[in-house]
Amino acid sequence: MNDQTNPDRAATLTHGVNPATLAGSAENLSLADETPCINVRGFNLHYGEKQALKDITLMIPEKKVTAFIGPSGCGKSTLLRSFNRMNDLIDTVRTSGEISIGGEDIFNKSVNVSELRRKVGMVFQKPNPFPKSIYENVAYGLRIQGVNNRRTLDAVVEKSLQRAALWDEVKDRLDDNALGLSGGQAQRLVIARAIAIEPEILLLDEPCSALDPISTLKVEELIYQLKANYSIVIVTHNMQQAARVSDYTAYMYLGEMIEFNDTNTLFTNPAEKMTEDYITGRYG
Amino acid sequence: MNNITQHISRQFDNELETIRSNVLAMGGLAEQQFSDALEALKSFDVSRAEQVIENEIRLNSCEVAIDEECVTLLARRQPAAGDLRFVMAVIKTITDLERIGDEAEKIARMTISLAEKSGHRSYYTGINAMGVFVRGMVREALDAFARMDSQGALVTAGKEPESDEQYAALLRQLVTYMMEDPRSISSVIDAVWVARALERIADHARNICEYVIYFVEGKDVRHISIEQMEDTVKNG
Repeated sequence: MNDQTNPDRAATLTHGVNPATLAGSAENLSLADETPCINVRGFNLHYGEKQALKDITLMIPEKKVTAFIGPSGCGKSTLLRSFNRMNDLIDTVRTSGEISIGGEDIFNKSVNVSELRRKVGMVFQKPNPFPKSIYENVAYGLRIQGVNNRRTLDAVVEKSLQRAALWDEVKDRLDDNALGLSGGQAQRLVIARAIAIEPEILLLDEPCSALDPISTLKVEELIYQLKANYSIVIVTHNMQQAARVSDYTAYMYLGEMIEFNDTNTLFTNPAEKMTEDYITGRYG
Repeated sequence: MNNITQHISRQFDNELETIRSNVLAMGGLAEQQFSDALEALKSFDVSRAEQVIENEIRLNSCEVAIDEECVTLLARRQPAAGDLRFVMAVIKTITDLERIGDEAEKIARMTISLAEKSGHRSYYTGINAMGVFVRGMVREALDAFARMDSQGALVTAGKEPESDEQYAALLRQLVTYMMEDPRSISSVIDAVWVARALERIADHARNICEYVIYFVEGKDVRHISIEQMEDTVKNG
């Protein structure tokens, strides 16, 4: 007889065994259980006449990896760059609505933008090490802050390179020029440089799109390690990457937030047809 | 969302479509085996029963071939969302189809065994009636799969408890035959095995319906009551 005809048997299956206790079973995440890190409310952004972000509302959870996916031009990088006000550098940009980090609106006049960018680190698509030694690349942020104590710098450089999973590969050549590193190493160096100044949030804008598959996996593993200490937001064109590394995924299209959910649900049973079409390769 | 075509990659469409049509072909074969086994039992047709036993191997090779197509597709395409649920539903469905084939083979073996025994055979009326009922369930489950019709699947899955009742009633009836005439025990036990096989086939048909619901609705409706299943699908 089938299991469900016997209530005792059914009870064992649904209540007796807690699926969460099974080895390797997926975490059940829910946004409702998360601590907010970044809160976006009714956020709009215009480049001149063109509206790039339309009434975006979402909550980026703390110490989790949140991925933004969507076709080119959907606004995902623009939204990412809004989190540390990188868009301020573009003259024609106008914004409305609110983005708050740690409860404070980042567009508030009292906000010190340099301090904001220290708190919210960023890594770009192409690895951009400075034409200096590996050591000086990582120490750069601290030197700008006026830290010159060699012992402090040594400690931070080592810790940052270890967190960025690069230490073992470069510890014997810290004085070599960083431009001699491979693409994957350079990208991890840039991440080490970003975390050397102890940010709270790490924004990654397609961090692996210029890397080979093995370097990509190393960076992904690094992202997994880093989320213990940082809240991470990643923009990626690689949907499998979003599925692999993120806890939460947002699908954006033409400046709108179409769907935001935990990654397991979004990739197995998305609520919106548009999301389904995009992640299954039907978007056209 | 229950369409497996319209990918940007036409080749991906073709691969999914090939898997789908192979599952349907395998379903047709399983249904045919089951139907032949029932017919053979009805008329104690030993040669037809032997044919069923011989054909069983074809279902096994279907299962292996479709499994391999699914593994290849997972490796090469990394399907997501509905496509992923489709592949999962297929992998599970073909296991149940293969087991329907195994049960059909058991019925065929019992037919051969029963044909060799003498004794009164009036107790087959009940078995035949249950056979017709379960065959209907298998056909509807396969139709639901072919049309990716979760409503149809829900209706068919809802019939499975009735097959359990029929099985229980048959058992009671068969026990009275054994009590009446202990010499009939050996052949009645064969009949019990047939009834058991039919009951299992109804379970497999229900499982297939549950996979259809999983694919179409994205809801896992296994191991819950029919009422809970209806609620889950309706409140989707």
